[in-house]
Amino acid sequence: MKALLVCEYREGKLLDTTYELIAFANRLGAAKAAVLVGVEAAVPQFDGTLYLADVSALGEYNPAAHKAAILAAAEKEQADYIVFCHSSYGWDMAPRVAAGLKAGQVTEITALVDGGFEVGCCNAKMRRSVKPATTKTVLTIQAGAFTAVAPAGSPNIEKLDIPADGKGVTFGGYEPAEAKDVDLTKAEVIVSAGRGVGKKDNIPLIAELARALGGELGASRPVVDSGWVEHSHQVGTTGQTVSPKLYVACGISGAIQHLAGMKKSDFVVAINKDKDAPIGEVADVLVVADVLQFVPALTAQLQK
Amino acid sequence: MKILVCIKQVPDMESRFKPSGDGLWFDETDLAWRMNEYDEYAVEQAVQLKEQLGNEPELTVLSIGPDRVVEAVKKALAMGADKAVHVQDTVVHQKDPWQIASIIASYARDKGFDLIFTGMQSQDRGSAQVGVLVAELLSIACATTLVGFSYSDGVVNVKRELEGGLKGLVSLQLPALVTCQLGLNVPRYPTLPNIMKAKKKEIEAIPVANLLGEQAIAPTVEFYPPARKGGGVVLEGDVADLAQKLVAILKEKTTVVR
Repeated sequence: MKALLVCEYREGKLLDTTYELIAFANRLGAAKAAVLVGVEAAVPQFDGTLYLADVSALGEYNPAAHKAAILAAAEKEQADYIVFCHSSYGWDMAPRVAAGLKAGQVTEITALVDGGFEVGCCNAKMRRSVKPATTKTVLTIQAGAFTAVAPAGSPNIEKLDIPADGKGVTFGGYEPAEAKDVDLTKAEVIVSAGRGVGKKDNIPLIAELARALGGELGASRPVVDSGWVEHSHQVGTTGQTVSPKLYVACGISGAIQHLAGMKKSDFVVAINKDKDAPIGEVADVLVVADVLQFVPALTAQLQK
Repeated sequence: MKILVCIKQVPDMESRFKPSGDGLWFDETDLAWRMNEYDEYAVEQAVQLKEQLGNEPELTVLSIGPDRVVEAVKKALAMGADKAVHVQDTVVHQKDPWQIASIIASYARDKGFDLIFTGMQSQDRGSAQVGVLVAELLSIACATTLVGFSYSDGVVNVKRELEGGLKGLVSLQLPALVTCQLGLNVPRYPTLPNIMKAKKKEIEAIPVANLLGEQAIAPTVEFYPPARKGGGVVLEGDVADLAQKLVAILKEKTTVVR
């Protein structure tokens, strides 16, 4: 059984998520090879074949050229599994490669289970086991689900010659993240507002609790998208990844992108009406209550 | 210009889910249904483009599923789509992303759509495959996870959301397909006059058998709730008592409350 691991590369650097792919392949018990569409200076450290395609004439991202490179590596390696991280690169590329191979794809794998791959569904409230029916399979793995191995080894590099044909798509570079006016990564206490807070007018209740605890205000994605709180306060994969001593999630259901950004907190309190909300899985204390009633009561108690 | 928007109807995610009789998906009893949230951004962006081009483009909305999906289709029509296609399928939940994409592609193949909008994923299944697969099956350019969109002179310029707030800038020649991320725009609420107008718009019904020629290649074999990891304390009851209990726990277990 052979796994071809698709490395991620951005702004000239290999991304560490590559080592989560190696951990996953070890768990599968598969022989490992990897493919990097990038430059030789960024190859990962592991023992095995590393297929390297340099299509930098098209910039760092071009789906058609990257697809061609990954398919060429999969063909040379005769890989049974082609594995991506479930990231903005992985979820973009994986279906293109799956279509090229007419391979079944399993998205955002969280675990290996008897006879299949486990994935989350229904906003992470439920799980599915998926069993591909094709001989070749494309997989994406959830960020953080398989603990990265330490980089070790040196690959045999095999260069792929891929024509720099962008097929109607042009990469225009990157737009940097907005400047952060708060650095949540250094906060000892974060009190975050989620959609369950109801409306923008209720945000001060959450901010007041944050003040009472000597912490910062955080927010989930829907709250930021709705314009209730500035993006610089967003916790999650597209915001900041935090690890405070205390994290209080107010009316946050616990979408996986949010959990990925806060699950390293030392102590997590979740306040939610829904006892089944996935935030409960990472909470040390789940308070089943209406946020708008409970938060002011907690603030008052702390101010006593 | 011809535009297609693909939408899915999903249960309200606040619902309690329990496995259906066959153990492969959820039981639909007592669920409230709505348009997949990601797809609302797709519809809005398509309507904004239609308005930008002086209403010239013809905007078709497509949904696959049993009769209940017509409600989501009507919302898209009230938001500004011109006409709709309802692909009738009472067992749509048994189809995998490959089959769903092949159904859409076989409908779209000879229609000459210049631009196709989809959500980046559904809230219930979350495979994030269908949009990209449709583009691949139609051999057209595709960009995913849009948080910015603009169009001029046959070129679509998008911002893709990457990790940590970084965005990737990509230009696509038409024809193209784009998948929409939350926060791309502000989806409008249909107004009453537009809801009334939408009632007169055409909804073409097509049996799924007319469009489907593919077998499932990544079937679900089980659907179940997650294992509770345990360790967490659950507090329920009177709010004032709860606050007192929680402060006591925080004093004991953390160093931030004294």
